[in-house]
Amino acid sequence: MNINTKTLLKFFEKIGRSFSSRALRLGSATRLFFLILIYSADSFKRIHLTIREIYFTGVMSLVIIIVSAFFVGMVLGLQGYYTLQKYGSSEAIGVLVALSLVRELGPVVTALLFAGRAGTAITAEIGLMKATEQLSAMEMMAVSPIARIIAPRFWAGVITMPILASIFSMVGVLGGYVVAVPIIGVDEGAFWSQMQANVDFRFDVINGLIKSVVFGIACTIIALFEGFDAPPTAEGVSRATTRTVVTSSLAILALDFVLTSFMISG
Amino acid sequence: MTNSIISIKDLSFGYGDRLLHTGIDMEFPRGKVSAIMGGSGSGKTTILRLIGGQLKPTSGQVEVDGTIVHKQNRDGIYRLRRKMGMLFQHGALFSDLSVFENVAFPMREHTNLPENIIKDLVLLKLNAVGLRGAAYLMPPELSGGMARRVALARAIALDPDIIMYDEPFAGLDPISMAVICDLIRSLNDALGATSIIVTHDVAETFSFADYIYFVADGVVAAEGSPKQLMASKLPFVKQFIHAEKDGPVPFHYNAPSMKEDFAL
Repeated sequence: MNINTKTLLKFFEKIGRSFSSRALRLGSATRLFFLILIYSADSFKRIHLTIREIYFTGVMSLVIIIVSAFFVGMVLGLQGYYTLQKYGSSEAIGVLVALSLVRELGPVVTALLFAGRAGTAITAEIGLMKATEQLSAMEMMAVSPIARIIAPRFWAGVITMPILASIFSMVGVLGGYVVAVPIIGVDEGAFWSQMQANVDFRFDVINGLIKSVVFGIACTIIALFEGFDAPPTAEGVSRATTRTVVTSSLAILALDFVLTSFMISG
Repeated sequence: MTNSIISIKDLSFGYGDRLLHTGIDMEFPRGKVSAIMGGSGSGKTTILRLIGGQLKPTSGQVEVDGTIVHKQNRDGIYRLRRKMGMLFQHGALFSDLSVFENVAFPMREHTNLPENIIKDLVLLKLNAVGLRGAAYLMPPELSGGMARRVALARAIALDPDIIMYDEPFAGLDPISMAVICDLIRSLNDALGATSIIVTHDVAETFSFADYIYFVADGVVAAEGSPKQLMASKLPFVKQFIHAEKDGPVPFHYNAPSMKEDFAL
C-alpha cells in the first residue's frame, strides 16, 4: 500500500468516524425523546415538578423576553416606517410589525433567547447532576431520572415556548406602536385597523404558535440530551452547554425554513 | 461462607476489549460488614455498580438475595434496589432539596406514608447520624463529613437489607472519619443489615470490618479477616497495608527505558 492510498484511507476513516459518531448521538437523542414520552405518565403524577420547571424556564425568562421584544418591535417600527413612507403607505406599519412578529420574529427570536437562557441552564444543571452522581443516586434509589428530572423539564419547555413567543409578539407590537404612533405620528386608527384587517388568525397566529411549539420541543430535547450525555467533568459540562446553544440555534433556523415552506405551500 | 445475601460468581467485566475483572468470586454474608480494598482504578466501585445492576457483567453473575441481577428487567432491578441503600463517594445529595427533603425523598417515592409519619421518620434517621439539628439546611451549607452523614441517613431511609458505601472516608478529617466508622458499624448492627464498603483506607477499615477482599489486577488477590490479612505474607497485601512505595505495584508507570528517553 503506497503513502497516498494510506492517506486516503485515513481521510475516509476520519469522515466515517465523524459521521457515525453524529449518527450515534442523533440515535441517542431520539431514544431519549421516546423514553421521555414513555415516562411522561409517571412524570405527570408529580405535576408539581413540571409546574416548578415552568417557573424556572418560563417565568425566569420573562425579563429577557419582554425587554428584547420591546426593542425588536421598536426597531421594526422605525425600519418599517422608513421603507413604507417611500411608497406612501406608512399607515401599513401596524401590519408590517404584527406580521413580522407573529409569523417569524416572535417564534424564532424567542426560541433563540430561550436556547441561550433556559436551554443552557437545563444542560448545565443536568450535566452537573450527572457529574456529582445525583442521577446515579436516584437510579440506585429505584427512581427513574427520566421520569423525575428529564420529563418534567421537557414538558415545561414545550408548554413555556408558545406562551413566551405570544408574549414576545404582543410586547413587540407594543414597541412598534410606541415608535410609530406617539413618536413618528402615524395615525393610531390606521395602525390598529390595518393590523386587525390583515392579520389572519389561522394562517398567521396559529402557524406562529405551531412554530413555537416545534421550536420548544427541539430546544428542550437538545438541552436535555446534551446535559444527559455530557462527560461528567467541568470541561464536559462546559462543552455540552456551548453545544446546546450552537445546535439549538442551527436547529431553530433550519426548522423555521422547513415549517415556513410547508405553511406557505399548504 | 454460608448464608450470603450477595454472591459473586466467576465475574468478568470490561469496557470494550479491556477486561477490568477476570473471574472474581466473592460472598457477602448477612449481617456482616465486608470491605473491598484495592488501589485506585482497580475496579472496586465497578463491583458495587455490578451489584446494583447499573452495569452488566461480561460473564459470570451477581446474585442478590437469590436473584441474578443482570437477568432482571428494569422493574426487577428496581425491586432489588429497594432492598439496597448506597452511600456515594461525595454524598450525591440532591442540591435543590434541603437535608430533610433529601432524606424524605425515598420515602415519598416508594411509600404512601402520611406527612406526619414521614417527618418523624426523617428526624429519627437524622438523629441516628447526629444531624437532626441540620434538617432544614441546604446541601451547600454542609461540610464534607456532614454531607456524607446526611447521605447515610438517606441511604438507610427505607431500612435496607444491604448498605453499600463507595469510598466513605475520602477527603474527611480524622474526627469525621471516626464518626463515619462508628456509624457504619452501629447502623449495620442496629438495622441487621449487610454492609459492603469500597475503600483504600487501611486503618479505619481494619478497625471495624468483619471480612476484607483485596482486588488487584482484575482478580481477588487476597481475602480474610483483618487479623488474617495483617499476618499475610503476600507481597501485594504487605505493600498495601504498610503503604510501601515500591513492591508488586511499581512506583513507576510503564515507560520506555531511560536509555531510550534520555538518548543515553
